[in-house]
Amino acid sequence: MKSTINITTEWDIVTAREIGRNEAKKIGFDTVNQARIATVISELARNIYLYASVGTITIETVEQDGKVGLAITAADQGPGIEDVRAVMQDGFSTSGSIGAGLPGVKRLMDDIEIQSQLKEGTTVRVKKWL
Amino acid sequence: MKELKIQYKKILVDYIENQSERNLYIGQNFIRQLIQKNITPEEVIHMHKQVMEEIFPELPVVSRHGYDFLIEIMVYFGLTLKEHQMLLEQQEEMRIEMNVATKIQSVLLKTTVPQIDEIDIGMLSIPIRKMNGDYVHFLNDEENYVGVAVTDVVGKGVPAALCMSMVKYGLDTLEYAENNPSYVLEVLNRIIEKSVDDSMFVSMFYGRLDLARSIFTYGSAGHEPAIYYNAADNAFYGLGAKGLLLGIMPEMKYEQTEIPLYEGDFIIMMTDGVTEFRHDDKIDSRKIIEQLALTYSHLSAQEMCEKLYEELQKLQEQGLDDDFTVVIFKK
Ligand SMILES: Nc1ncnc2c1ncn2[C@@H]1O[C@H](COP(=O)(O)OP(=O)(O)OP(=O)(O)O)[C@@H](O)[C@H]1O
Ligand SMILES: [Mg+2]
Repeated sequence: MKSTINITTEWDIVTAREIGRNEAKKIGFDTVNQARIATVISELARNIYLYASVGTITIETVEQDGKVGLAITAADQGPGIEDVRAVMQDGFSTSGSIGAGLPGVKRLMDDIEIQSQLKEGTTVRVKKWL
Repeated sequence: MKELKIQYKKILVDYIENQSERNLYIGQNFIRQLIQKNITPEEVIHMHKQVMEEIFPELPVVSRHGYDFLIEIMVYFGLTLKEHQMLLEQQEEMRIEMNVATKIQSVLLKTTVPQIDEIDIGMLSIPIRKMNGDYVHFLNDEENYVGVAVTDVVGKGVPAALCMSMVKYGLDTLEYAENNPSYVLEVLNRIIEKSVDDSMFVSMFYGRLDLARSIFTYGSAGHEPAIYYNAADNAFYGLGAKGLLLGIMPEMKYEQTEIPLYEGDFIIMMTDGVTEFRHDDKIDSRKIIEQLALTYSHLSAQEMCEKLYEELQKLQEQGLDDDFTVVIFKK
């Protein structure tokens, strides 16, 4: 299964959450992990909406070494992140807001990969195993 | 988690039956265990929901929805808590590093007070925080002169300490105690102006005593004026100069002044942490210091420094709030 949601308005974030949660449920994640996955989708989609205006969220089931999991990819062609290491530090986003931010996303998932190039865009791919 | 759920169920069932204070107390103790095991708030609520469903299979569906909603919104609390814990750990690491740095600083900036027959020298420097923003450096590598630099970095903590290391390095390169104060200040001004951040300034009082002639020559770069007691006149004079702080302008010139020292004279050099015990009135504070110095002038220079500190601490309105450094030359 793989679905891609275009993020252009705030309500698209809701759609992405819903699709992600249903998929997580289907694979067998419990309520708490469904909530975590929805939170992660929310954070990534909000970053697209806020900083890049438009982009996509792709949700897919993944398998590896007999494990099953869910992968979420957020991609945009926005301004990019200047210093990825800095934004991954605890306390970085706390200064301006009370969101979970990217450090929170990392904490809620098992794996995170961030590719970002200034003026070209950002791709964040996260996975959570069952 | 299964084991914890069984325990939680037992505690909850007990409470639902008795609703006693004892059950509540046990419940809170249990939560402390969960916190230690890094169980997040959303997991606790999830566990509660599951246990409730086990105890009351007929639990109305609205109640389940209510729990699900709570689980969802508590994810953020969990993250905030985790972040908080991480920051606490980082803070602990920094505290340890800071302690090491403090030790290094005190070794690095260690200075020995010269013991010589011609003049009695005392020194006391008490940092307000871990890192000292004041620094005293003595130069006394030969028989003829003894030099002293009393410095205060504008700014506190780690940046001030780093800046201080550079001041020490600059003074070390001068090597000889016979250098003119104006020359010393000009050299240091150039070093600091070139290498330090624009927001870092240093004030310095530099004094040099010609031991054979008993002439004290001094210059000052924006530093708290020293107090000079002339025994013959039985009067106090301020030893200041118009020089700008070090590190502001590259080609500053600093003037120097000479005074002869006779038996019974003394000079108190200090940082502004010494005079700022009265927030409102600096002139008044200097008068008080003069009075104290006179009262204790029968003591050794070192004892005078200690008495000054003791007495000024008592007069302090809200406890000393700056690094306190005083050097006394007593003939
Ligand atoms: N897709 C993106 N494109 C460009 N910059 C981004 C993107 N995602 C994040 N950033 C940059 O990284 C920073 C950190 O993002 P993060 O989501 O961790 O925190 P935040 O959005 O500032 O606050 P919040 O905690 O509310 O999410 C952002 O402030 C933004 O500058
Ligand atoms: Mg964000």
